Parts: sequence; C-alpha cells; structure tokens
Amino acid sequence: MADGSIGLWTVPLAVLGGAIRVSTPFLFVSLGECITERSGRINLGLEGTLVMGAMSAYGISYVTGSPWLGVLAAGVAGALLGALHAGICSLPRVNDIAVGIALMLFGTGLAFYLGKPLIEPTAPRLPAIDFGWWSDIPQLRAALRINVMFLIGVALAPILYWAFRTTRWGLLIRTAGESSDAARAMGYSVLLIRLRATMVGGFLAGIGGSFLSLFYPGSWNEGLSSGQGITAVALVIFARWDPLLCLWASLAFGGAAALGPALQSVGVTSGYHLFNAAPYILTLAIMIITCSPKRTLTGAPAELSITR
Amino acid sequence: MTSEAADSTQAVGTIAPAADPGFLQRHGATIEYILIPGAALAGALVVFGIFVAMFGKNPLDLYFYMYYGAFGTWFSWQNTLTRAAPLILTALCTALPAQLGMVIIGGEGALLVGALTATSAALALQGMPPLIVQIAMVCAGVIGGGLWIMVSGALRQFRGVNETISSLLLVYIALAILNHLVEGVMRDPASLNKPSTREIGAANMIGSIPGTDVHWGLVFGLIAAIAAYLLIYHTVFGFAARVAGGNIRAAKIVGLGVSKLILTVCFLAGGAAGLAGMVEVAAVQGRTNANLAAGYGFTGILVAFLARQNPLAIIPVAILLGGISASGGLLQRRLGLPDASVLVLQGIIFVFVLASDALYGRIGFLKGKS
Repeated sequence: MADGSIGLWTVPLAVLGGAIRVSTPFLFVSLGECITERSGRINLGLEGTLVMGAMSAYGISYVTGSPWLGVLAAGVAGALLGALHAGICSLPRVNDIAVGIALMLFGTGLAFYLGKPLIEPTAPRLPAIDFGWWSDIPQLRAALRINVMFLIGVALAPILYWAFRTTRWGLLIRTAGESSDAARAMGYSVLLIRLRATMVGGFLAGIGGSFLSLFYPGSWNEGLSSGQGITAVALVIFARWDPLLCLWASLAFGGAAALGPALQSVGVTSGYHLFNAAPYILTLAIMIITCSPKRTLTGAPAELSITR
Repeated sequence: MTSEAADSTQAVGTIAPAADPGFLQRHGATIEYILIPGAALAGALVVFGIFVAMFGKNPLDLYFYMYYGAFGTWFSWQNTLTRAAPLILTALCTALPAQLGMVIIGGEGALLVGALTATSAALALQGMPPLIVQIAMVCAGVIGGGLWIMVSGALRQFRGVNETISSLLLVYIALAILNHLVEGVMRDPASLNKPSTREIGAANMIGSIPGTDVHWGLVFGLIAAIAAYLLIYHTVFGFAARVAGGNIRAAKIVGLGVSKLILTVCFLAGGAAGLAGMVEVAAVQGRTNANLAAGYGFTGILVAFLARQNPLAIIPVAILLGGISASGGLLQRRLGLPDASVLVLQGIIFVFVLASDALYGRIGFLKGKS
C-alpha cells in the first residue's frame, strides 16, 4: 500500500482485536448463563441484566470515580435481577422462559429510566494493559490493548470447568440440573441451589454489562446492547453447557461482531448493517447445524425446559 | 410482592380448583381470568407508584395523569386506540403459537418484515388504483411477516431449534435487513437525516375511521382477533392445534399432521404481526424507516401473556396497554418522568402477571417451596 499502512491486513487485525474486545461481554454472560442452565433453569432475562449492569457500572463509576466499584455495582445489580428471576420461578407453575422475557423488558426499562441522567456525563473507564508494546504497527497495538476483565473471563472458563467436575457445589448444581428428585432425596433444596446459581449467573452477566459501558464501546446510551445478552444465551446451547467451549464460542462471536466495523474501516461500507448482524446470523446458523429434533443435545441438563 | 399477596388473598377464595389453563378456558371459569390478572395489574400499579414516589413524584398525580392521558378525553381515547391497533396484531403473533405450546417472541421482526414487503408492494404498484395497492399491501405484509415467523416454526419442527431464541434472533436480523435496504437500494435520495424509502403516496394511505382520528388498522386488528378466536375455539383446525399444544404425542397418535399445524399457525401468527407493520406504514408513517422499530412487537408479547393467550381477551388488554403508552407523553410533560417509565411499568406488570400464574387453582402462596 502506498500510504505505508498495512492495507487489507487491517481487517483480520481488527477482527482479532474485536474478538478480544467484543467477546468479553459474550464471555461473561455465557459463563453466567452456563451456571444457571446447569442448575436446570434458563434465564432469558440476561439481556436486561446486561443493560442494567452497564447502566449501574457507569453510574457508580461516575459518582465514585472508581470504575472497579462500578464493576462491583453491576455485578450486584445483576445478582439482584437474578434473585428476582429465581424468586418468581420458584412459585409453582411459573414458566422460566416467560419470566426471562419479562425481566428482559423490566431490566432494559429500568436501566433506561435510571440511566437518563447518565447519557451526557463521562465516567472514568477501566484501564487497559498494553500487550502490543513490542510492535510498531498501530493497528496491532490497538488490537492488543487488552482489558483485565477479558483476562479474568478467560481464567474463569477453565476454573468453572474444573469446578463443575470436582467441587462440591459444582456437583450440587449439576445434580439439581440433571435430576431435581435426586438432589431432593439427598436433602438439598433444589430451589435454593437454583436461586444461588441464577444469582451468580446474574452477577457475571452484570459484570459483562459493565464492560460495555466502561471499556468498549465505553459510554452509556440506550443502544448499547442490541441482543448481545440473548445471543450469549443461545451461545451456551451450542457450547453444550461446557465453560471451555463457551470461551471459544465467545471469541468467535466477538470476531464476527467486529467484522462490520473492521470492513468499514477499510472503506467497505455497503453491507454495514448486514455485517453488524453477523453474530445473530452466525448464532442461528450454528443452532440450525447443531440442533436435531430426534435426540436431546448431548450435555444438556435433563431438567432444562428448553431441551425437553 | 407483598401488595400482590394481599390482593390475591381475596382472589384465591373465589377460585375453583382446576388442572390447567386449557381445561379452565373450556369450562368458563372466567372470574378467575379477570380477577387474577386484575389483581396483578393493581399490584403492579402500586409498585410502580412506590417506584416513582422514590423519585419524589406524587403517585396520586401519576395515576391521575395516566388515566387522563389514556382514557380521560376523546383525544386521549383516540391516541390510545391508535396505539392499540398494532398491539392487537403483534399480540396475536405470540398468542396463536402459544396454543401449540410454542413461545414466539419475534413479533417485532415480523412487523418490520411486513412493513418492508408492504412498502415494496406499494412502490411497485405506483399508479394503480388505491384499492388495489392497499389490497396488495395487505397481502404482501401478511405473507412477508407470515413467512418470517414460519422460519422459526420450521426450525423448531424440523431441526429442533428453540423457537423462542430463534424468533428473537430473527428480530435483530430483520432490523439489519431493514436498515440495509432503507440505507441502500430502497433509499429515497431526498431523505437526508433519516434514511427512508420513498413514500407510498397519500392516495394509498388507508386513512381514518369516519368521525375519528383512529385509523382503519384498529378494524383490521379487531377482525384479526375475532377471526383468530373463531379459528382457535370454533373450528376443527383450532381444536387440533390445541390438542397438539396439550399433548404432542396424543396428537400424533390420532393422526394429526403436527408439522402442518405448526407451520400454518406460525404463518398466521407472523401474518398478523406483518399486518401490523403494513398498518403502521399505510396509516401512520407513509414509508418504511427505522422509526417502525418502536417496540410494538415487544409490548405485544406482554399483551398476549396478560390476556392469557386468548385472542378475544387481547382486545381489551391491548387497549389498556395502548393507553399506558399513550399516557407516556403526558407523564413526561407534566411529571418530568423519563419516557422509559412506560417500559418500567410494562416490565413490572409482566413480572406480576407471571407471578400471578401461581395463584390459579387453590395453591397457597408459599406452598411448593421445599
């Protein structure tokens, strides 16, 4: 390229950078949902949790000046929404999918309501670590400016994988998800296990939301999340409820989501909106390929209403 | 929650024991169906009142302005009915598949696709007599929206893909397609700030019901709701659908074509939402642009659940919810509440309505917690 830039290499680099940046909320939401679904319940309300988390993180970060307190607040807000979901679902004959839809509307509405005064001001954002210091290529350096949250998320995936297999609470969650009767026979309260699993799931999803408002894109507005939460829920299904697969799937999603902006940066603007829809199309395509009407999915918790 | 528990104690006393909603609907225990959602609605209003009181607003003012903005004057009635029209249609998009036990929440996507196809039909037929253009728009809207939701139904039936998630993903895909076309090949070069298609032409607009400012979309909605009711409760097809919704194995044993049922019902459901899109174009916007994604599809889900998926009950519920959104403007101007307050109230109502599901039958409020 004549202007000394790296030309079309910008696209894969931006996709790589995007895979790292954009995937973080996907990663947190899907890991959270993974915990919830393993306990035998599905929380479709994580879309609302994500937006609520983004708003509370931005608000607390603005008021206190500390973005990390914002992250914590986002987690707490998410856990509260999770508790609300689990609380309603523990009433008899209440459909968890419908409650999720309700909380999706409620969470987004509440976040928009409380977040009105936050659209103008600028809150302190999360710092990034520069992993690209050795490179001269600005695009590569931009791609490798990695947020700590991403690293936490990446570390969390194997920890969860290990925890599901070996720890006591991991086994309890799986028991509740595979056979609530067995858990009850062992003397555990299934509703309590699911309450905790949904709260932890909400906590992680809220944190995922804080990443949206405090790092990338890094501001609060009402168009911040358009379906990332619900995509992440779908992602758990084709990641077969496996935290490690959630990690890879999130990275693939982040890359797909970064495709539109990356192509735009090299001047391909015609299909901008279609490329922006790439994660949704990808989700749908993978669900079509991996689902089957004849058998339940391998690895699916037996108590999960969505697979029965 | 506590206020609802208080409301519900009276409700529980009058309830006859019942096994499932389908059984109740056939045997006409309608008191329960009015009392429990009514109590849930009242509980939600109380909680919303407390919520705005925390922001220093007087809840009594809130209730007054909500009533005034929704049903207080002839003007607000017309505003309410105008908003109820698309809500009836998008609610059918959730309520019809619900008879088959499917949870479709993609009405917004079918609305957008219906708007696009209806606009395309009108633009393709420019110069034809308005009646022909309008009929073509109705057909195009219904077919566009119908096929869109049929995709979710087909994926569920033939690939086992969860229809709730696929229909919601299709909303975002529909929005992307709409934006792509509206900013691309279908763009009117004259629309600078807000990319839009060309106008369908004033002559092709469907206009208002004589003597009112309420457009004919309301009549479309009423006809669709009544037709859906007759279809579900008074035809063999509807009976077959409800059998399949109750017990899919029984339906297969008696030889019902479940695939055909699912595809047809999904087509009709999407067609209703597509018709809502056509109405919004032909009665309100006059063209297709991103304004159409106004959330009618999502509010329609709430309407369907509040009406307990009954097509006739959808009509009053849609008017009620249309009233709430019509009063949003007044709440903004008089009380300084943000426009999202309508969303918050809708969310609270939804939560209460679902929680009130636990009250059907005689089950005590705290039973079932092990």
